[in-house]
Amino acid sequence: MTHATQTLDQMRPPHPAEPGAGVYSSKLGMWVFLASDVMFFTALIGSYIVLRFGAPGAWAKPGAVLNVPLTAVNTFLLICSSVSMVKAFAAIQDGKKYFLRPVPGKLLRDGGLKFWLLVTMICGAAFVSVQVVEYIKLVGHGFTPAGFREGSTLAEHAAADPLRYGGAVAGLYGSSFFTMTGFHGFHVTCGVISMTYLYFTKVLPEKYSPQDYRGIEVIGLYWHFVDLVWIILFTIVYLI
Amino acid sequence: MTATSSSGTTEHKRPNYVMIWLYLFVMTVAEVALAFELPLSQNVKLLLLLFLAVWKALLVALFFMHLKFERWRLRIIFLVPLPLAAILVTVVIMEKVF
Repeated sequence: MTHATQTLDQMRPPHPAEPGAGVYSSKLGMWVFLASDVMFFTALIGSYIVLRFGAPGAWAKPGAVLNVPLTAVNTFLLICSSVSMVKAFAAIQDGKKYFLRPVPGKLLRDGGLKFWLLVTMICGAAFVSVQVVEYIKLVGHGFTPAGFREGSTLAEHAAADPLRYGGAVAGLYGSSFFTMTGFHGFHVTCGVISMTYLYFTKVLPEKYSPQDYRGIEVIGLYWHFVDLVWIILFTIVYLI
Repeated sequence: MTATSSSGTTEHKRPNYVMIWLYLFVMTVAEVALAFELPLSQNVKLLLLLFLAVWKALLVALFFMHLKFERWRLRIIFLVPLPLAAILVTVVIMEKVF
């Protein structure tokens, strides 16, 4: 059965480019979607800028409320997942459908599509998990979308040092932080679910070939975009 | 040297993805160090951090999303929202200021 599928894939002619932008329609569709997503995140970032610099008081200092080292590790995870995604794409372009294969004379094995996509999924799932842990800890310390919860540790700190913790504008800070990172986390979750679906329905049954790897290319574009957005959000929300 | 295949994708020399990953990693470390360790004024920090973020985003878009090797028609789809985004942010800020 697998052999028959492989033969069919190899015999399938390259997918023809379609008129217009000169690319196949699902890739064009993904680019158009990403263009609309650029506007969506711009609206969020624009609102954040206006709220932050038009607020009646100073925002909390970087690292006062948010756990920057943890998020830096999370950023690193997402960057790693982007590299593994592009390695998965390169692997299928070269026809490497396998998981790992020994290379004569080398200690490390050569990774194929199955390996690199699995690495991407694991890194993506780890990113979401760390974000959930971060949310739980923040809420536990009293940082909610409505600001600092009364009687919480953070509320006490903010009362003692309102400039460092941005006590006057904690509500704006909380709502913009959870909205921006929450929507990004939702995008990552959708990406992980989509990749898991592709992994079990297309990658494991070896339905992709060097002649047709559209699904990998399209989900790859989405995944890199999610990484790109996080690079901007990390700087704006956590470091500035 | 690039050429366009019948599948509509552009064939090109593959970038060194591990090297780009290394650049991204180093720049992320530099960002965190800049934000917390270096004794610079807030405005200089702000400019440097934004510069590093845009640089990292460009590396991802150009090499991981292969925009550097795509046709112009496809690049334009991604570039068109950027001036629109700039207009959106400017208008919102202007409304706040005035």
